[in-house]
Amino acid sequence: MELVWEGIRKAFDLLRTLDPEVLGITLFTLKVSLLATLASLVLGIGTGVALALNTFPGRRLAISLINTGMGLPPVVVGLFVTILLWRNGPLGVLELLYTPSAIILAQTVIATPIIAGISLSALQQLPPDLRLQILSLGATRTQMLWLLLKEARLPLLAAVMAGFGGVISEVGASLMVGGNIKGSTRVLTTATVMETGKGNFDVAIALSLILLALTFTVNAVLTHIQQRERPR
Amino acid sequence: MKKRILNVLGALLLCLGPAAAAQGTLILATTTSTQDSGLLDVLVPMFQKQTGIKVKTIAVGSGQAMAMGRKGEADVLLVHSPDAERAFMAEGFGLRRRLVMHNDFVVLGPAADPAGLKGTPSAAAAFRKLSAGAVTFVSRADQSGTHAQEKKLWKSAGFDPAGRPWYLETGQGMGATLNVAAEKKACTLSDRGTYLAMRKTLGLVILVEGDPSLANIYHVIELEPAKCPKTNAAAGKAFADFMVSAPVQEVIRTFGVDTFGSPLFFPDAGKKDE
Repeated sequence: MELVWEGIRKAFDLLRTLDPEVLGITLFTLKVSLLATLASLVLGIGTGVALALNTFPGRRLAISLINTGMGLPPVVVGLFVTILLWRNGPLGVLELLYTPSAIILAQTVIATPIIAGISLSALQQLPPDLRLQILSLGATRTQMLWLLLKEARLPLLAAVMAGFGGVISEVGASLMVGGNIKGSTRVLTTATVMETGKGNFDVAIALSLILLALTFTVNAVLTHIQQRERPR
Repeated sequence: MKKRILNVLGALLLCLGPAAAAQGTLILATTTSTQDSGLLDVLVPMFQKQTGIKVKTIAVGSGQAMAMGRKGEADVLLVHSPDAERAFMAEGFGLRRRLVMHNDFVVLGPAADPAGLKGTPSAAAAFRKLSAGAVTFVSRADQSGTHAQEKKLWKSAGFDPAGRPWYLETGQGMGATLNVAAEKKACTLSDRGTYLAMRKTLGLVILVEGDPSLANIYHVIELEPAKCPKTNAAAGKAFADFMVSAPVQEVIRTFGVDTFGSPLFFPDAGKKDE
């Protein structure tokens, strides 16, 4: 129990003194996960819209794949992205392995199906006549899409939160494709694993608390936006 | 629309990339002990300042480090698994292998010493005692240099512990394995450096030490460019030269004295190998 208190005290010390290394890791974690969430939003909502509004052969299969992808294990993503990015792998010429871009790429692969799956069900939940109504009022296809997304904004924000929560908390992929390199690709989760391995439990607890606080803050902001004005 | 999305994504991916894709980067594949003891946190910034070459340190076991070397996924290796290193050189993957430093392995266990290891004359005798199974033994089991050494010691004791209920395999680094051993009140084999760096949280004591068969020797290996054409050979050579240079050897000699009261590594550059 003493260890936990010591960890909490250490966490406040690290925050109060603005320890440059911890601060750097925290900001870097936030940056990487936000960029990955942003990329997944574009891809995920795009996929969700495409699947919700169109019918084509293989659509059910695509939806099953997306739903499976929502539970994609980060280590599996990490392994395949690593193989892809090896110097002698298919994308080796990009020299992305062990860089921040590699982490963003892997996290995007993890979050995209989560956001796609939730967007898809969000759009499917809208009344089916709504589309026809909007179109019959003379809206263009882009305008209709915009209105539909606006109508579904509550679950879409939930999708953002789920996607962000998924990537900021994962450790397997970041460790494999990033390499936990000091000052370059070390994020809060990989640093926590390393400090635990080194026996620095107080620092590990401190890092975990910072991670929790960070996740809470981002979600609080998103929740605030989500709940600001209730539709209808 | 689709093109714009792709453009945005491309920009997102690239905005963090260019710095790392520069010419002067070096992938150092090394063992967890050099990272967990904190030595690389001192040496890597020194090297980056001296040469301007950016180092990506990937801390894995010696076995995995050499596997990365074989695939050409690293530029230089800092490892401590002499038998495997000799095989690596014989296969032609290494250009040059130079002695850097040593410390030693120690057999650790709970202070109560249920297996009665204290005062055992040799490491082989200690491992024969361990084979009775009176105490749990935690193995790295990750093809690291320490794991190779442990297998060698079991062999010298004439015993194969695989599959015994008291033989636990973590498959993790030295630090994580020491934590497991501490929690299970078990015996384990560790390099002295990592043990000293973590001693405060462990509650494990040294039961066997000082046997010549417990020597832990680190070499730096440059890779053969003919076998791994994508290797940054110039940067690899710069790092190897750096490791055996006089100022670095002096840093190694004094590293840890102020924090742990005794040095964690002993510099060996230029000495005769084996």
